[in-house]
Amino acid sequence: MTKEFLMGNEAIVRGAIAAGAKMMTGYPITPTTEIMEYWVKAGEQRPELKFSQSEDEMAAGFAMLGACLAGVKAFSATAGPGNILMQDAFSMAENMRIPTVSFINQRGGPSTGTVIYSQQELNLTCFGGNGEGLRIVYATANVQELYDYAIKAFNTAWKYHFPTFVLADGYQGKTQTMIEVYEPQEKQLEIVASQPFLFHPQREKGKFQHLRNTYNQEEELAELLENHCRYFEEVKPEIVEYEDFHTLDAKVVVFAFGIVAAAAKQAIENLRQEGKKVGLFRPITLNPFPKESALTVTANKKALLIIESALGQFERLVKANLYGIDTKIIPFQKPALGFTPEEIVEKINEILKK
Amino acid sequence: MSEPAFPSTWNKESKPHKFCPGCGQSLALKILGVAIQELKIQNEVLFATDIGCSLLSWDMFNLESVQTHHGRTIPLVRGFKLARPETIVIGFIGDGGGYAIGAQHLLNSATGNDKITVILINNANYAMTGGQLAPTTLLGQKTTTTPLGRKIVQGHPFKGPEMLKEVSFESAYLARGIASNYQELLKMFKKALQNQIDGRGFSFVEVLAMCPVNWHLDAQESLDFSEKEMTKIYPLGELKCPEKLS
Repeated sequence: MTKEFLMGNEAIVRGAIAAGAKMMTGYPITPTTEIMEYWVKAGEQRPELKFSQSEDEMAAGFAMLGACLAGVKAFSATAGPGNILMQDAFSMAENMRIPTVSFINQRGGPSTGTVIYSQQELNLTCFGGNGEGLRIVYATANVQELYDYAIKAFNTAWKYHFPTFVLADGYQGKTQTMIEVYEPQEKQLEIVASQPFLFHPQREKGKFQHLRNTYNQEEELAELLENHCRYFEEVKPEIVEYEDFHTLDAKVVVFAFGIVAAAAKQAIENLRQEGKKVGLFRPITLNPFPKESALTVTANKKALLIIESALGQFERLVKANLYGIDTKIIPFQKPALGFTPEEIVEKINEILKK
Repeated sequence: MSEPAFPSTWNKESKPHKFCPGCGQSLALKILGVAIQELKIQNEVLFATDIGCSLLSWDMFNLESVQTHHGRTIPLVRGFKLARPETIVIGFIGDGGGYAIGAQHLLNSATGNDKITVILINNANYAMTGGQLAPTTLLGQKTTTTPLGRKIVQGHPFKGPEMLKEVSFESAYLARGIASNYQELLKMFKKALQNQIDGRGFSFVEVLAMCPVNWHLDAQESLDFSEKEMTKIYPLGELKCPEKLS
């Protein structure tokens, strides 16, 4: 275990290597480009690390699928318009339960938008594609978590076989700071092994796999999806993660994720020092959403404040999961703009005064 | 009467195959099956198919097989090959997958000299969706989206191997065959696979194939159209063949 001064995008690469990733596919896009640059640099010392810079994000996505089918832990990284193109591959990953790992550093949208920050890729990352959103999405809040969840994402993907995402933003990706770098075994973290979908070493001689994502019969597809959904529901309790910060006695509970949650946490610490009863509920998995825990913290509160750097994507997700509660819900939203702890303090004080 | 000689790579459980009567694509696939059998690489091949009629071959063979999205077969096999280089990967695609929706992948695999084998069926129309204009549709040819016949304003017929000849390496293998010429096509398929087995370069075979249903022609007329009309625009033969293969 060492302390190292790393950029967020480098922390992702270090975490991926620690998790056993052997291949990256991608197309450069701000604010993720350094991920492929650090990967290529790491490959100079480790020839087993493979890399494919492709002609576009569709190709990057499908090359990643090809590698996963061969049983290699592969990943990609993208943002904004690239995230849109890569949905083509993610949709196939969902249908065929291919354990892709993708790092999404959100940038401003819609369209080309801005290049560094937003929380507008929540819908796309959690529910993009022409399917049911059978994906696992971790939302990190700082550079340390980029390392931690890079490791976790590969384990989750290869354990449960759902496309898995680490959803961050350009601020996290570009921040340079001290983090703790460790080998998984130092923390008793077991690394899940990858298995090939095709050319399995134990395959029976004369038997061949025919994998597909197209079905002739509506019933065939429905059955497949019902099985996928049933399994997703079954393993949900093992997957969901959240951070609860002083919600128990809080009058106002903030709901926020990612870097906004980090700002909210600072605001709450400041307010707590003044003796004000406020708390934070931060879903770490946006999909599956920690619904039961979220419902628990809303009991007997004056108000819930939902903060996000988008116009209602997170609010809709939270409301859908909290459906039926009568606590007042107040949204606080800025499209593709960040929040300071100070403005969150101000907003909470307004609510407490009312 | 003896049984027809099907290649050992043929998955008998999925027969009769799913292609229309008279389809050239099924002929090409049978020849591909023979090529794989003769090269004795059945256990090393990944057969990957696109969308469109090509997907009907998803369980055609006793081969490790995967069906992917429209136009994305090439990047998928490229990724597979990089991850597991000992595999002989075959991308089986149509003229839409290769020359339209996935043209960027074909072009970049050729310029990057990916050690993969791509087989593309040119039947001069989009057959699975009922016969629309394809990049390969001949001038004057009627399709459901060019009911008066393709005019030059709708683009001229796309010559894939000729384009790839300009951008590919000298170690690439490029050819155009026709489904109705068994022996020639078999030779081309074997070379296109051997070039990958040898780790030499990118390999591509375009196959002219009859599509009686969407051409609204009978068997003989379809054969004539592919052999006499299409070959005027799309000449048969090898466009690039590394010395060691010839």
